[in-house]
Amino acid sequence: MESFINFVIENREKMLELSLEHLQLTLISLLLACLIAIPLGIWMVGQQRVANAFLGVAGLMQTIPSIALLGSLIPILGIGVKPAILALLLYAILPILQNTYTGIQGVAPAVKEAAAGMGMTPWQILKSVTLPLALPVIMAGVRTAAVINVGVATLAAYIGAGGLGEFIFGGIALNNNNMILAGAVPAAILALLFDQLLGQMQKIKLKRSYAAVLLIPFLIALWGWRSPANQQALSAAFDPEFADRADGLPSIQQTYPGLRFNTLVLNAGLLYRAVAEGEVDLISGYSTDGRVQAYHLKVLEDDRHAFPPYHCAAIVNGETAVQHPELITTLNLLAGRISDSLMTSLNYEVDHLQRSPADVAEECLRKMGLWQENTSQRSETTITIGSKLFSEQYILVELFKQLIEGHTNLQVDPKPGLGGTKICYDALKNGEIDLYPEYTGTGFQVLLQPSDSLRAAIFTDAEAVYDYVQSECARLDDVKWLAPLGFNNTYALMCRQQQADEKGWQRMSDLLKVD
Amino acid sequence: MSKKLLTLSYMIAVENLRKTFGDKVAVADLSFSLERGQTLALVGTSGSGKTTTLKMLNRLIQPTSGRILIDGQDTASLPLAEMRRKMGYVIQQIGLFPHYTVAENIAVVPQLLQHEKRTIQARSRELLERLSLPSDQYLDRYPHELSGGQQQRVGIARALAASPPVLLMDEPFSALDQITRQELRRDFRELEALKNTTTVIVTHDLEEAFELADQVCLLDHGELQQLDTPRQLLANPANEFVRTFLGSQQLRLALQVLTVADLALPGSNTKSTDARTATTYSADMRLKEVEEQLLQQASDTLAQTEDGQVFDLTDINQTAVAFLRQNRQN
Repeated sequence: MESFINFVIENREKMLELSLEHLQLTLISLLLACLIAIPLGIWMVGQQRVANAFLGVAGLMQTIPSIALLGSLIPILGIGVKPAILALLLYAILPILQNTYTGIQGVAPAVKEAAAGMGMTPWQILKSVTLPLALPVIMAGVRTAAVINVGVATLAAYIGAGGLGEFIFGGIALNNNNMILAGAVPAAILALLFDQLLGQMQKIKLKRSYAAVLLIPFLIALWGWRSPANQQALSAAFDPEFADRADGLPSIQQTYPGLRFNTLVLNAGLLYRAVAEGEVDLISGYSTDGRVQAYHLKVLEDDRHAFPPYHCAAIVNGETAVQHPELITTLNLLAGRISDSLMTSLNYEVDHLQRSPADVAEECLRKMGLWQENTSQRSETTITIGSKLFSEQYILVELFKQLIEGHTNLQVDPKPGLGGTKICYDALKNGEIDLYPEYTGTGFQVLLQPSDSLRAAIFTDAEAVYDYVQSECARLDDVKWLAPLGFNNTYALMCRQQQADEKGWQRMSDLLKVD
Repeated sequence: MSKKLLTLSYMIAVENLRKTFGDKVAVADLSFSLERGQTLALVGTSGSGKTTTLKMLNRLIQPTSGRILIDGQDTASLPLAEMRRKMGYVIQQIGLFPHYTVAENIAVVPQLLQHEKRTIQARSRELLERLSLPSDQYLDRYPHELSGGQQQRVGIARALAASPPVLLMDEPFSALDQITRQELRRDFRELEALKNTTTVIVTHDLEEAFELADQVCLLDHGELQQLDTPRQLLANPANEFVRTFLGSQQLRLALQVLTVADLALPGSNTKSTDARTATTYSADMRLKEVEEQLLQQASDTLAQTEDGQVFDLTDINQTAVAFLRQNRQN
């Protein structure tokens, strides 16, 4: 609780900003939805077939999962506020449309007949009779829509529209409960506020609720408030984890002082497309990601070492290592053989060309001249290889497996796709698996959790980190780090290859020359 | 030319009015005319076309053919809303605006006509008082706070608020209980405001029609059966349908059309010398009303005509029976 309060105090400006963004997304989409759905609902009354069709379509829209809807709007509207508002609007339409239609239809026919019979024009009847009488039902629809929108708007952070979702997704990515709460609590409060406020509006008379029209200039002001961001020469999109992690964006700002971007926070899955389609100039990514090749991106060299090293190496259960020295020798055949670009292209083969990790691994080993036919004689001993849940790890498991089967007579049992770092490492310590590929940075920061001072002292120094994890893992958990494979799957800033060529960008410090 | 002029002098003139829904004829070539201040009752069973006829008068239903002249003007040529504001409209379901107070409900049409606020208020108060609703208590209430009878009183006040030359009423009293209905009907009949109002009322209740109307228009399946004064209708039913429709109500209906002047009293029967005081009933008073009052009084109270002839309940009934017998012989 205390740590949550501290978090709130430290991040109050950001929290306020995100809450305002959230409010803006919700209000603008809600207002637009009202402008569309209320007249449509009124028009539909008395046209049964049209009404059924429209309500059907609106209902269908509601069944599309929010993320899918947000994602599907990107090719049309790009990323950012616009598609988010459109998606929220589509969600808000059904409850408002339905309630407007039901509300207007529910006005007693006798009242409408009396109104017409007395000589009120259709417009007068609508304005003074049916609309005011249907208003409580319509407002109930608006209320439902508002509460739905506050919830769905958290997902807008996925496509760079900001809002409290930034904290929620950042918090999930960083496993930071305080950050999740700092997003979720204000969102819940906003939802309750909307519900209460609109509930009050339900009670007051129509004449006074025209005062709600005063909201419009307020909304316009809110809209304008977001624009002044467009001042930096460079635009960049980051995933929520990167934006907040100490070794992510904050580290860039520390290491490359003066480097400024228009920052957009975006779901990791959308980053590559966002840069490839020119929505932004730069994104954060992983240096060996297959999409670097798929989207023709250029990884900028981290020449001043803002990012910690994530050199990959096999780590082996201590007991296994002692019992099977041939295993160690064999695996070390790969030491330093896999460069960043090689790993990137292996990932590309699997992720984008949909080839099997086994094929890709075999081809790679053949090219390196390390591939050997399986030895016919198998020993009793089985080596279990684990991995985490992403393609690179699956490929590494296959490389290890084929290498071991070709060079030793050990049997191999691959167990790829374990849930996460902690699960893999615990399994390794317990001897449930004998080895798996790990990264130095992960070992340093996640497994060993060094003191802040030690962290600050060495976390960007590749050799120091490797030495530290090697000695500490051996000492504490009897886990042996083999020699690094060569590639460094770390955070990276990347841009379109074409833009890099045009502007002569090679290293991150080249970005400082941009004005 | 002369026929045209005659038509023009009527407040409401309906010529060959016809309405068909698909193959079904709802109203077949109906014609009638009403002078200023007269009341016409459209009577018939359900499905007879009486409501359809009424709604064609203010064009809530468009006629298939025929003409409707209001004060000499063809309604087809008039702007719809403007025309309706000159015609009060009362319906069975009342249809007060639930979100308006009584005052606001009554003010709807005068406001559409941009009457002055003070005029509207004075008129609303007067109408409510006449309809037995103390205005101080009722003007600021909402419809849901009123009983059905009270609501319909407000409905009538609303229809009459702008003093329309024409009043259209669709079963205005049908949804009310017997006692409320009679009270409201009496208040309605005695309304000063109706003196110059030409009224068309739809009802399935002949007694109501006989009580309120100068002319009764009896319809069946869209066809006109008889258009006459109540007295003529009772005295000379045009056909078997009319006779059946009058049916067992004839005695009560006779009391509606007969007045004190019709009483057939033996000349010798002068009990005026009697010491007891007697109530005098004017010659144009309906026997129905006299009967009601007599029934409420003590049994020894005497009733006498303006010229001093004493009568009682038996005389009233005998007069009615004699009236009906005489017609049967014709």
